[in-house]
Amino acid sequence: MTVKAMIDEWYPVGLLSQLDLKGRKTALMDEPIDVALDADGNARVTGGNGRTLPVRVRYGHVWASLGEPKKELFDIPEADQPGRRFVDVGVVRVRCSPLRAVENFLDIAHFPFVHTDILGAEPHTEVQNYKVEIREEEDEVWATQVKFYQPQAAKSASGGITTEYMYRVPAPTCSVLYKTCPPRPGEWDVITLFVQPLAEDLCDVWPWMALFDDESSMTDLIHFQQTIFLQDRSILENQIPRLLPLDPGMEIPTRADLTSVAYRRWLKRHNYTYGAQLVAQ
Amino acid sequence: MKLYDYILSPSCYKVRLMASLTGVKLDIRPVDFHPGTEHRSPELLALNPAGSIPILEDGDLVLTESSAMLAYLAAKAAPEWLAGSRPEEAARVQQWLSFSGRLTASLGGARLHEMLLRPGDIGALQTQGVAALRELEAGLFEQSMRGMRFLAAERPTIADIACFPYVALAPDGGVSLDPYPTIRLWSRAVRSLDQFLEMPGIHRLHELKPEPHVEGSEA
Repeated sequence: MTVKAMIDEWYPVGLLSQLDLKGRKTALMDEPIDVALDADGNARVTGGNGRTLPVRVRYGHVWASLGEPKKELFDIPEADQPGRRFVDVGVVRVRCSPLRAVENFLDIAHFPFVHTDILGAEPHTEVQNYKVEIREEEDEVWATQVKFYQPQAAKSASGGITTEYMYRVPAPTCSVLYKTCPPRPGEWDVITLFVQPLAEDLCDVWPWMALFDDESSMTDLIHFQQTIFLQDRSILENQIPRLLPLDPGMEIPTRADLTSVAYRRWLKRHNYTYGAQLVAQ
Repeated sequence: MKLYDYILSPSCYKVRLMASLTGVKLDIRPVDFHPGTEHRSPELLALNPAGSIPILEDGDLVLTESSAMLAYLAAKAAPEWLAGSRPEEAARVQQWLSFSGRLTASLGGARLHEMLLRPGDIGALQTQGVAALRELEAGLFEQSMRGMRFLAAERPTIADIACFPYVALAPDGGVSLDPYPTIRLWSRAVRSLDQFLEMPGIHRLHELKPEPHVEGSEA
């Protein structure tokens, strides 16, 4: 493993709404950190040796970096769009590689089998062709024109619809999903997966959403997303090998896996290998 | 009948599962247990000073113990889920209902620690969980020697529903079910009941779907 390339990235380390003066002990890439409010009411993150880490507060979460970030935290323009509801789904710990958590989020082929009757259902198991690219200027992985039949695509959906998705990976342990918005055609619902790497095989996952939905209660929105993610959790904890394989010798991907292939290629290109297995064992 | 419910709570799931198996319709009131800790809000503490969920409300009746809710649902809609007239059976139902509290404290505590970062001594919780699972395995095996597939009888009772969720979700708390073949058979028997309901982490039995038709298999 190498920590080096990933050390300058931003990572979620807590919910802004749950910060207090007492602080919370957690970890970032094997280093113990402390996340707290300071006397002025600002978020403060302290590293293992007592140094103050660079901090951002955005998308309902506190973000920190162990190194010296060369880029600003990635932008989600929809976070400033009026009329959206912002949902702090809350942390879930998963005993898996942080990279595997992101890769699973990018996969649609498992929907009918893991999220049965919600995000997919047999016999509608086909993943139609879609487009994947690594956008050089933004340095992000994008998958577009992803379409899938879903019995209950969102809390706000009534009945089955063919849902369109776009996936975006703007940072090694974060993904942003844009998805057909049932009550507001023409807009996209935004669902994110922010992953805090605790260790190479352990992570805290902080899902967050920016939705158009004036009907559902906030608790219903939280529970819908927690249901989906907890269906994934038991699968993630049983994936072998535990680290994400970047050696192409290990697996034979299919067309449905194009996003995963691009994600792994992009990780490898940047040496984003914390949580990855470089040589097949 | 109104259930104050959290989708990820195994104790709430007991009540949802029992209601589904007995055909009772519940009015679900979702509680933001995580991250909102709504179960500790003044409104819910007024209903249940213990600050726990589930809470079941039916007219004047307010229940805060899941075993009592199972008994109430069964008595109302499906008495065959209660103990029959045999003293041993009645005793076994009570024995396993009480035992289910140990599963909640041990395996449930380990799951909350490992999944939702609740405080606790994870080593002790897992050790106590393993001890409870070994006891359950032995109990189920002895039942199988008596020709009974379920905890208290040859048919499922509320005792099975009280024990099933925390056992099935043990891996969420880092406790493997691999060493317990009789528990796995029992879990399969519970999951194949008519009107079985799943929850996140407890998948339905895909393998019990109809076999695909194979040409020439009639011969």
